[in-house]
Amino acid sequence: MATAYDIAMKHGDTEKDGGAPVVAVENLHKSFEGLKVLNGISLSVSRGETLAVLGRSGTGKSVLLRLIIGLEKPDSGSIRIHGRNIVGLALDRVGEIRKKMGFLFQHAALYDSLTVAENVAFPLEHHRRDISRSERGDRVKRLLAEVGMEGDFGKMPSDISGGMQKRVGLARALALEPEILLLDEPTAGLDPISSAEIDDLILKLQRERQMASIVVTHDLHSARIIANRLALLDQGNVVIEGAFEDLQQSDIVLVKEFLKLS
Amino acid sequence: MTTAASSATGLVNGFFEWFGNLGIFSWQVFRAAVTPPFEWRELIRQLDEVGSKSFPLVVMAGSAIGVIISLEARYSLSRFGAKSMFPATLVYSVIQVMGPIITGLVVSGRVGAGIGAELASMKVTEQIDAIEASAINPYRLLAATRILACILMLPLLTLATDACALLTGWFAQTLVEPLSFHQFIQDGFKGSTFSAFMPQTFKTAVYGLIIGLIACFQGMRTRGGAEGVGRAATNSVVLASLFLILADVVLVKFILVVFP
Repeated sequence: MATAYDIAMKHGDTEKDGGAPVVAVENLHKSFEGLKVLNGISLSVSRGETLAVLGRSGTGKSVLLRLIIGLEKPDSGSIRIHGRNIVGLALDRVGEIRKKMGFLFQHAALYDSLTVAENVAFPLEHHRRDISRSERGDRVKRLLAEVGMEGDFGKMPSDISGGMQKRVGLARALALEPEILLLDEPTAGLDPISSAEIDDLILKLQRERQMASIVVTHDLHSARIIANRLALLDQGNVVIEGAFEDLQQSDIVLVKEFLKLS
Repeated sequence: MTTAASSATGLVNGFFEWFGNLGIFSWQVFRAAVTPPFEWRELIRQLDEVGSKSFPLVVMAGSAIGVIISLEARYSLSRFGAKSMFPATLVYSVIQVMGPIITGLVVSGRVGAGIGAELASMKVTEQIDAIEASAINPYRLLAATRILACILMLPLLTLATDACALLTGWFAQTLVEPLSFHQFIQDGFKGSTFSAFMPQTFKTAVYGLIIGLIACFQGMRTRGGAEGVGRAATNSVVLASLFLILADVVLVKFILVVFP
């Protein structure tokens, strides 16, 4: 079966400058204590494109994101960021590449001893020492305004709701102006209104910033709204990928079942 | 029989695996600590966390130890007609033996549990992953700063423990048999050299290394939610205290050989 990478290369659906896809994962294998989680998966995503990775729990969706940002090491395969394979790179080299990525964790993973504003300022304080404190403060205000949290600067993460925590997590992920955005279950555990707000926010950010995004989600409704392409995972591999309409027209039992139950 | 043999093998493997992982962790922390950028602000925060916040505890522990040694020493020395040896006995007991080890154990309890629980909680809530995902080295930011703060603060806290113990020891003595503080200090340190006391005080930097390293290691390798956090805190204190006492055996012998 043709992978997203093949499709992207064939149709020239790559970066606008004509280069390789921004993120290209090829033949990736990963297992934990003998249990195979990813079994030769290949995917790619280009600038301005959002790929939604769907699938049942335990199919390795979150592991895929953790591999892309280097929090886990694959057993084999390659992960190319702007054409450069990051597998096996030293920690400081991976660090340089991570600066180009924003990661929203499933439970936001905000630093609980820091305020909302300090959380967003955290990556800037460590990587943008060239800018003044006031400029940094302005940037934090802008980022929080962008995610609709401008009135909650001084609050602690424990004092805000799950949806608000995800917004702050998103603002933190955007702090270094990443070219790649990785979102792990951005709407999981949220009520329908908060989910819709997060979806709108992701769409708005995509329009304005033209990042290459990979969204891991169970939420087919959300995936349909925010993604250009969808990939369904099962047993560590891609069952189908394409536009939502391609999934609707598929005869694969798992795909039909997934669409029916979602 | 087979079950017993396999569980013994598992235990031995686990023991060596733990030390192997500790070695790898230590190397990663060392490498992160000696390469820029340095996390000065976090280091200062940790110096305050380890130093200032442990100060009241070591003052209380030191004060109590001073009174206990004073009471015990006076009673024992009186029995052997050696009451004049009281100041020297108190000074040597406090500075050479009790001050360092009591400080180490008190800090191990407070700071070891604190670091272990804090880092474990950060680990299970993915905060450490978030730090790493932000292209910040968690070994440098979280571990190196805490370990260095422990190394730097332990000798200073030991001096505070010693000072309090000597003060309360003298005070307890003077309530029974008046003795000027000046006289007490003069008699206590008579014939002593700098090298007799300093190694005993500064060996606590090694205690600091043990406390910081084990607590960070236990915290950053935690798995399994709230239970894991509790386990990390307990293991940090138990292992740090145990290794601290074992290390003291080696350090005392080393000091006796190097500073006879």
